[in-house]
Amino acid sequence: MKNQNLNINQEYKYGFTTDIESIKAPKGLSEESIKFISNIKKEPSWMLDWRLKAFKRLKTLKEPNWQKPKYPKIDYQDLYYYSAPKSSSNKPKSLDEIDPKIIETYKKLGIPLVEQQRLNGIAVDAVFDSVSVATTFKEELTKKGIIFCSISEAIQKHPELVKKYIGSVIPLSDHYFATLNSAVFTDGSFVYIPPNTRCPMELSTYFRINASETGQFERTLIIADKGSYVSYLEGCTAPMRDENQLHAANVELIALDDAEIKYSTVQNWYPGDKDGVGGIYNFVTKRGICKGKNSKISWTQVETGSAITWKYPSCILQGDNSVGEFYSIAITNNHQKADTGTKMIHLGKNTKSKIISKGISAGFADNTYRGLVDINEKATNSRNYTQCDSLLMGNKCGAHTVPYIKNKNSTSTIEHEATTTKINEEQLYYCNQRGLDQEEAVSLIVNGFCKEVLQQLPMEFAVEAQKLVAISLEGSVG
Amino acid sequence: MLNIKNLKVSVENKLILNDLNLKINPGEVHAIMGPNGSGKSTLANVLSGKKGYEIQGEILFDELNINDISVEERAQKGIFLAFQYPVEIPGVNTNVFLRTSLNSIRKSKGEKELDTLTFLKLIKEKAKELGIDEKFLSRQLNVGFSGGEKKKNEILQMKLLQPKLSILDETDSGLDIDALKIVADGVNSYKKKDNAFLIITHYQRLLDYIKPDFIHVLSKGKIVKTGSAELALELEKSGYKNL
Repeated sequence: MKNQNLNINQEYKYGFTTDIESIKAPKGLSEESIKFISNIKKEPSWMLDWRLKAFKRLKTLKEPNWQKPKYPKIDYQDLYYYSAPKSSSNKPKSLDEIDPKIIETYKKLGIPLVEQQRLNGIAVDAVFDSVSVATTFKEELTKKGIIFCSISEAIQKHPELVKKYIGSVIPLSDHYFATLNSAVFTDGSFVYIPPNTRCPMELSTYFRINASETGQFERTLIIADKGSYVSYLEGCTAPMRDENQLHAANVELIALDDAEIKYSTVQNWYPGDKDGVGGIYNFVTKRGICKGKNSKISWTQVETGSAITWKYPSCILQGDNSVGEFYSIAITNNHQKADTGTKMIHLGKNTKSKIISKGISAGFADNTYRGLVDINEKATNSRNYTQCDSLLMGNKCGAHTVPYIKNKNSTSTIEHEATTTKINEEQLYYCNQRGLDQEEAVSLIVNGFCKEVLQQLPMEFAVEAQKLVAISLEGSVG
Repeated sequence: MLNIKNLKVSVENKLILNDLNLKINPGEVHAIMGPNGSGKSTLANVLSGKKGYEIQGEILFDELNINDISVEERAQKGIFLAFQYPVEIPGVNTNVFLRTSLNSIRKSKGEKELDTLTFLKLIKEKAKELGIDEKFLSRQLNVGFSGGEKKKNEILQMKLLQPKLSILDETDSGLDIDALKIVADGVNSYKKKDNAFLIITHYQRLLDYIKPDFIHVLSKGKIVKTGSAELALELEKSGYKNL
């Protein structure tokens, strides 16, 4: 049947590059390039020592290879580990000092950096390649004692906090990519919410890879002190390039007694072209610890981009009565691959975790949910509920569910539900009969399928995410 | 409005409709009756444009041959099918679905899309006319609806979308008498001189409430008898065997 509205080749909307002069570290992975990074960021010596320790450790580690999506060998000596727009090398103090071209880039991305666009009440930290270029709403937040700045700035201004918590959730020696990040991380966000404070606005970071042959290694550290609350959102885009670019971030969350952290991700890195050429390797380590009693960490992710997405945002439920949640939508189209899920480690008593995962595959894509629920012998009366749903579109894509379940405690319960369905022809027919074209119908049905997860996103981003879900699947049903 | 000429439909080489002819003018209500397997639902599906049928002959809608036109374009042109088994779409709010549907049709006609508030006002009005509880609108589309609720929802959609030709595919099956009345009231209140109905039914029951202008008896893929409303009563007594 004809369908004139079907736009099969929806181009990646964020695939432009910005032509600005940049400063780069010497090519390749070496002590020299690590020192270069540390030096240009004017880091204290403890930070450099920490990086070098990680580098030493890295040399003893092997790149993991157990994941489902395989990729050609990465030449770590052929990458730049630091790239910064030249004008930002002496960190801008205010928005006026930022290169207008960068502001323009963020404008194209819909990120309101400029003063007059600040009406929507979201504080934004924007990371361009390796440096943080601007943090909005800083003053308002400072009044409440909230620290929201780039990690580089935090290392200089709040060393006691950084020193105490960095690597406390993801240790130096954790695994290959996490250790690589510890050695060469460039920028990222830092958040500290003081006791009994509710952060009055959404905090948001926007990551953008611009320069070619660079990796992006950002590091984010969020600490919610006793009785505090924060909701944080990150978004990501990259230009279209034929080469694969590596993005290996580390995100650490720490929730103390009665604190709550809500962390949302809308990941839309360049996925590669229709034939699977180019795209970002999104190999990210995200882990939170519910350190205090009654604390809560909730991860929500909408993963639509990247050639390969490989990540398991996890919760260590150490405090008694703590709660961990993971809500995920992973969409893979064309030749994209994803191996994602979570780890819920129950250590404290009466800890609860909930996992809702929605995987959608189209084209030739391959989508794996992999997750661990581990209930320790001391975690009495703990509960986990897991629901993994996969939706297949067409007959050339794949969906896999790999749950690992360990329960060492007889008073605890684990529930796991999984479904795999194909997009239903009768549903499409019904929608068509009501005047919806194929794309509107797919978008509606898929958004319905993902609803439980989309509901978790902050209002401002839910609408954007819904559109992204629709765009990611355009042309996937003929 | 609708003119079907020598329609032959087969699925995997099995002939289901054989040389069917039917003409429906604006303002008319036609009923198609017939035994199981006579091809009634196939006719409804083919008119809506559902894929998977081999078609010969001509289907003209407002003088335009629609044989090769997609399901959604037919819907946009004003063909509405009230389904025998309305499908469930989990996670999709009934309100959202109805608004998307109405706006798709408005958009295709070059009309302005309705914003949420205007839409809500409109749909609440329509629901009230049919005696449908507002709460029903915020439930997931057809999920966990009773048979009667699903059918009422179909009639609500018909009244909202204002089609030219409404095809009701066994809308009366599985309804209790109250739901049947609601459905019939919905149809009667929407009957106008410029729109038409094709009511497919197995029983005469619905025709106690909706007065058709013509009744056609479909048997083995063909219309074997056409008559006035009285024909239904006759069929009720003597069955389809004698035809």
